[in-house]
Amino acid sequence: MIEVVNVSKSFNGVQVLHDISTSFEKGKVNMVIGQSGEGKSVLAKCIVGLHAPDKGYISYGGRNFTEMNRRDRKTIRQEIGMLFQGSALFDSMTVAENVMFPLTMFTKMTKKEKLDRVNFCLDRVNLDGKNSLYPAECSGGMQKRIAIARAIAMNPQYLFCDEPNSGLDPKTSIVIDNLIREITYEYDITTVVITHDMNSVIEIGDNIMFIHEGRNWWHGDRKSIITTENPEILDFVYASDFMKEIRASMQEKRL
Amino acid sequence: MRIIRNIGKYMIMLWIVFSRPEKWRVFRERLFQEIHFIGINSIPIVALMSVFMGGVIALQTASNMTSPWLPAYTIGYITRSSTILEFSPTMISLILAGKVGSNVASEIGTMKTTEQIDALEVMGVNSLTFLVLPKILGAVLFFPVLIIFSIGLSLVGGWLALVLSELSSTEIYVIGIRSFFLPGDIVYALVKTVVFAFLIVSISSFYGYYTKGGALDVGKSATKAVVSASVAILIANFFLTQMILL
Repeated sequence: MIEVVNVSKSFNGVQVLHDISTSFEKGKVNMVIGQSGEGKSVLAKCIVGLHAPDKGYISYGGRNFTEMNRRDRKTIRQEIGMLFQGSALFDSMTVAENVMFPLTMFTKMTKKEKLDRVNFCLDRVNLDGKNSLYPAECSGGMQKRIAIARAIAMNPQYLFCDEPNSGLDPKTSIVIDNLIREITYEYDITTVVITHDMNSVIEIGDNIMFIHEGRNWWHGDRKSIITTENPEILDFVYASDFMKEIRASMQEKRL
Repeated sequence: MRIIRNIGKYMIMLWIVFSRPEKWRVFRERLFQEIHFIGINSIPIVALMSVFMGGVIALQTASNMTSPWLPAYTIGYITRSSTILEFSPTMISLILAGKVGSNVASEIGTMKTTEQIDALEVMGVNSLTFLVLPKILGAVLFFPVLIIFSIGLSLVGGWLALVLSELSSTEIYVIGIRSFFLPGDIVYALVKTVVFAFLIVSISSFYGYYTKGGALDVGKSATKAVVSASVAILIANFFLTQMILL
C-alpha cells in the first residue's frame, strides 16, 4: 500500500498540490483522474520521488519514502515500475536491451537468465520476437507495451502509469488497459494510473481519486463516479454536449 | 545573478556526477562507447582540420620570411611551435566544442524532454553519473590522443604545403621542427587539452541535463552549450598560459 499524507507542492510560488492525503491499495488499479493542469502528474512525480513535496510525506508499505536517504530510496525505487506518458524508452537500445536494462543494473543474473526474463516479459505483453527492433521502429502501442515489459522486468511491488493511453487509438487503449489490470491482479501489486481517459476509468478503475484545483476532491469507485452528483465531477465526466444529453436522458428514464 | 546561479548549479551537478557508478562493468562499457562516439568519431574532422591548418601556418610563415637574416629552418620551427602551443590544443578544442558539445547537449537534452532521464531516476539509477561521467572521462582520456594526432598531421600538412609549393626542402623543414624543441611544450599542450575536454563535455552536459520544454529548447540548449564551452575554453586558455608558460 502507498500512503500520501498531507502533500503540498508549489512551483515558483504557484501552489499546485494542496494538502493531499490518500492511500493506494495493493492488488487494485488505483486511478488518479482530473483535468489537464490540475496536478495529477506532479502528484505522481512526488510519489515516485522525482519531485520533493514541500510539505507532507509518502509512505511505501509503512516506509517513509520522503524522509529516506538516497541509498534507502534506491531500494524502494527498485520495487517501482513506471510507465511514462511518452514511454521513455532508451532510443539507443533495442527492445530487448530496454527491458534488460534494470536487470543489468540491479541484479547479478547471468546473460541467459536475463534473456529468459526479457523473453518472458515481452511474451507477457504479446511482443515476443520483437527483441531486436529499436523503439523508433515500433508503433505507439508497441512502445507502451515495451515500457510495460520494462516496468515489470524487476517484479515490481508498485506500478505507476502516467497517461498510459495518450496518443493511442481506442482499441489499442483497451489492450493497454487490460494489460495493466491483468498484471495488477496477477502479481498482486499496487498500481496507480494517472489519466483523464474516462474509458480507462470505467474499464479498469477499482479506486478512483479525482483531483481538482490541486486538491483531493472526490474518492470512489467506477460505479459511484457515474452516479455522483458532485458538480466538478459531472463537469469532467460529462464534458461534451453529447454526454450531457445522454445523462439527461438517463435521468429522465430514472424518473 | 543568473550566471552565479548557473555556476552553483553546475558545481552541484559535478558533485553528483563524480559519485560511485552503480555497476563498474556497465560503466566500463559506457566509457568505451563514449570514447568511440566522442573521440574516434571525431578523428576525420580533426585530421582534415589539422592537415590544412599546418599547411596554412607553414605557407603564411614562409610568405612573411622576407628578411635574409632569418635562417630557412625558421619556417619549420614556427610551424611546430604554433601547432604545439596553440593551434592543435586550442583550435581543435574549439572545433570539438562545436561538434562534441552540440552532440552531447542535444543527446542529453532529448533524453530529458522525452522523460528518459526520469525513467533512469525512477529505476534508482543516478542519471548524472550514468550519463555524464563516462562522457567526461572518455573525452579527458581520448582528447589528448586526438591532439597528439593533430600535432603530427599539422606538421605533415606544413611539410606537404612547403614541399609542393617549393618554398622549402624536406631536410630544412625537418631541421626546423627539431630545433629548440622543449618536451615541456607537449606537456603544456596536453594539460590544456585535458582541461578543455573537461570543460566541453561538462558544460554541454549541464545545458543538456537542465533542458526544459521540447525540441526547440533542445536546440537552444545545444547552442548555449557550444557558445559557453567556447568562451570557457578561451578564458581557460588565457589563465593556463599565464600559469604554465610564464
